[in-house]
Amino acid sequence: MNQNVAALIPEAALAAAAVIGLVAGSWLPRRRQWAVRALLAGACLIGLAATTVSIAADRPELVFENAFAIDAATNAGRLIVFAALLLVICLSIDTVHAHKRESEFYVLLALSATGVLALVGANDLLMLFAGYMLTSVPTYGLVGFAKDHLATEAALKYYLIGALLSVLMLAGVTLLYAAGHTTGYSELRPALADAPTPLAALGILGVYAGLLFKIGGVPAQFWVPDAVDGTPPPVAAYLTTLPKIGGLIAAYRVAHQALPASPVNWPLLAAVLAAASMTLGNLAAFHQTSVKRLLGYSTISQVGYLLIAVAVATRSGLAQQSLLFYLAAYTVTNLGAFAVVAHLPHASRIDDYRGLAHRRPLLAAVLVVCLLGLVGTPPTAVFVGKLEVFTAAIDGGYGWLAALAVANTIASLFYYLRWLVPAFQPAPDDRLADPLTPAGPWSALAAYTAGAGALVLGLISGLALPLAAGPLR
Amino acid sequence: MLTAITFLPLAVAAAVLLLSRSAADRLFVWIWIVTATVDLALVVVVWTVFDPGGGVAFEQAVAWIPQAGVGYHVGVDGLSLPLVAVTCVLFLAVAVYSLRETRRVRSYVAVFLFLQTVCIGVFVALDLILFFLFFDLAIVAMFFVIAGWGHGRRARAAALKFFLYTFTGSLALLLGFIGLALAAQPHTFDIVALTDANPVAGRDGYAALVLLAIGVGLAIKTPTVPVHTWLPPAHTDAPAAGSAILAGVLLKMGTYGFVRIAMPILPGAWRRYAIVLVVVGVISVIYGGLVALAQTDFKRMIAYTSVNHLGYVVLAVGAAGTLAGSDGQARQLAVTGAVTQMVSHGLLTGALFLLAGVLYARRRRYDMSAFSGLAAKTPLFAGVTAVAAFGSLGIPGLSGFIAEFQILTGSLATQPVATGIALLGILITAALLVWALQRVFLGPLRIPDAPGAAAAFPDLHPSELVAIVALLALALAIGVAPRFLLDVIEPASRTLVDLVAR
Repeated sequence: MNQNVAALIPEAALAAAAVIGLVAGSWLPRRRQWAVRALLAGACLIGLAATTVSIAADRPELVFENAFAIDAATNAGRLIVFAALLLVICLSIDTVHAHKRESEFYVLLALSATGVLALVGANDLLMLFAGYMLTSVPTYGLVGFAKDHLATEAALKYYLIGALLSVLMLAGVTLLYAAGHTTGYSELRPALADAPTPLAALGILGVYAGLLFKIGGVPAQFWVPDAVDGTPPPVAAYLTTLPKIGGLIAAYRVAHQALPASPVNWPLLAAVLAAASMTLGNLAAFHQTSVKRLLGYSTISQVGYLLIAVAVATRSGLAQQSLLFYLAAYTVTNLGAFAVVAHLPHASRIDDYRGLAHRRPLLAAVLVVCLLGLVGTPPTAVFVGKLEVFTAAIDGGYGWLAALAVANTIASLFYYLRWLVPAFQPAPDDRLADPLTPAGPWSALAAYTAGAGALVLGLISGLALPLAAGPLR
Repeated sequence: MLTAITFLPLAVAAAVLLLSRSAADRLFVWIWIVTATVDLALVVVVWTVFDPGGGVAFEQAVAWIPQAGVGYHVGVDGLSLPLVAVTCVLFLAVAVYSLRETRRVRSYVAVFLFLQTVCIGVFVALDLILFFLFFDLAIVAMFFVIAGWGHGRRARAAALKFFLYTFTGSLALLLGFIGLALAAQPHTFDIVALTDANPVAGRDGYAALVLLAIGVGLAIKTPTVPVHTWLPPAHTDAPAAGSAILAGVLLKMGTYGFVRIAMPILPGAWRRYAIVLVVVGVISVIYGGLVALAQTDFKRMIAYTSVNHLGYVVLAVGAAGTLAGSDGQARQLAVTGAVTQMVSHGLLTGALFLLAGVLYARRRRYDMSAFSGLAAKTPLFAGVTAVAAFGSLGIPGLSGFIAEFQILTGSLATQPVATGIALLGILITAALLVWALQRVFLGPLRIPDAPGAAAAFPDLHPSELVAIVALLALALAIGVAPRFLLDVIEPASRTLVDLVAR
């Protein structure tokens, strides 16, 4: 029985930072709550270091009664989560610094990210559900962080949908347990081969329902636009990236480890969900004028592309590396776009961005890289991700899905350009207030870092892709 | 060497952006001119060292994303070297022409330098993904040129249409590329390896789908009828320099894709569907000519003649895929003519678009009915335009004749009917260009007033003259002594014809 605690140093560091931060935050004066932020950033660095050691050691293992897997996917997921968390911290400083609930903000962030890490490594349905709850519950609080009517509405909606789908997910776990008499993935795989099909199908449906809520995919996407629009940009940035990392890797692991022998045609289910997500997300984004809502819908469509990799999990050898690389690429690119939004908190509509290229050429460049990156223009990282995902889809026999994804990519170009074009127009003369007032230096730093990252990750994808390969345990 | 040629402009673009915004406008343009000259000089060195019979030269291959079968692989052969050269010539001419540009010159120069890198990159790329990367970035850069320096509000709509349309094409291309790479064992995007492997041989249905995706992608870029509708607005509303590059270089990416990718890698499917290309080519020739005839806008008219001229190229590559009733020599002639036409069209149409820019710079309009009798007032402008127009309609002595003659001779053996119809296209373009010359330059003098423009209507400025005459001189050189060009192209087109016939 492997109870190797040292294998969980990254998760433990983040959890410890949350607990210490909670206690310390209660005693720290308001102006010195940045200590909690520093603590969290330190935990991220420890996590990155420990993950690097784990990658270098290259000893995939299952720990704690096979409930948690330490393998290539977990380590890649950890790297993405910690790097993304650092970026989120950086882009939130300008918004929450010296806020009366600053330490709560970071503690909730840390707790939820711990849940994401649990989802990434979960190799047991109960672990999966625990990770799901740990990710969700702190974010209910985060969504309501602003405490105004928009935030309240968003939080309520988010909470109700989340609560409903968590019940469905628990029911799904129960059904799969009934079908396979076990909750561990490795034992479920043979057991599901001759389990009653309706039971297994309903169970799979339930588990996927919960994960869809986490990743904001159709049909559990209703909370996304409201939550993104109603919350401060840092929270929106967090909500639309980190839980997706956990949810998608978890979905992939379930599909790849527990379901291959099942007679249920779950790849088709995932493919249909992918098609629906990318298409509906794109169609809804078309006529948005609020930049946050636009980004919110864009994340729904991105989930669609990512789900393609889940659909071909067992049908193409490229699925895993395409999923993990796309996740990393999407994370850094999406955070870059949100960092620009966080840096210009008064520019809430597309038209407010007029004059940006003239006033802030570098920030406009970041916007170009990130938005064209989300489209998938080479040589940005998402392009390589899309290339991998499309290749995996065709390789896995889902050519129609790849064609649909291409069609959607073209459609998405339309609304991303609708945002980019005003940024390169001269500012109107009759503005009463200047919407391009910056929030502070930190969000700009986050934007520049993420923009550069979105470009560099694409250029060095040859070095990054091997990290995403490697068998699951 | 090729890497240096490709990325030199990009490096200079980065340096230009670091320079102070307050530096003199002319300084930026001069930096651009020097860069373009150096680049051209390097290409001339490559040209002199290049051995036409030796296949792909100056190769450089570095692993980039080995897990995905993607590499940084560049090189030139007789098909790409002339296009690299014409790209560098055009950018130099456009740089000289741009000495009179006054709007946000620093960004203008930076965007064009970036565009030069990606344009050269497309032609030297020997990896499908590298090709796609440059192909796509050229669209992005051109979008900014049209949206940023185009004519007024309409320019943004035109830019958006251009972007959406050609981006659609590029993604169709990407699907086709993925299809090719997956068919090869091991999966690779390397053009040379794929050409050797002939990966889809024997899988007819699959090959047809891949060719469809690639063909649609390239046809949009070329553009051929019926997917040409993005071209006229993009040209009309782009600045003159942008139009010259768009017509002279970017359109060639489509036709170049046929000879570099579609023909050698998909020979079987190409032969089977060559007739489709022939038909599309002939329709483009006739339709482009007829619609150009109906235009009153000088620039729009030239834009439609591009559809006509590139129709010949499509006809030629289609004819080169028809084996029945032809010998290798005729097919080789057709391919050589196609590549020569790409070079010739780049020079002549580039010059014509710059001349249209001359008109716009003086009166902010292009409609031919507003002008009359300009020859008396501006003899230089009239003379240069006449040479360019006659060259464009294919008069012997200029490059257009050499190209079209080879295409028609090479295609006649296998596609007599199509070639006969296409011949009519020359008649149409001749009529419309001569008619346009007559309307604008002959007759009583009439110059419209333009709000905000100076009352004077000066003849060509030195920078305009040098830029345009240089292009025409090169077209003349090819027209009179074509061997220096044909010696480079012919061995490569022989190789290509053999590849298609295998």
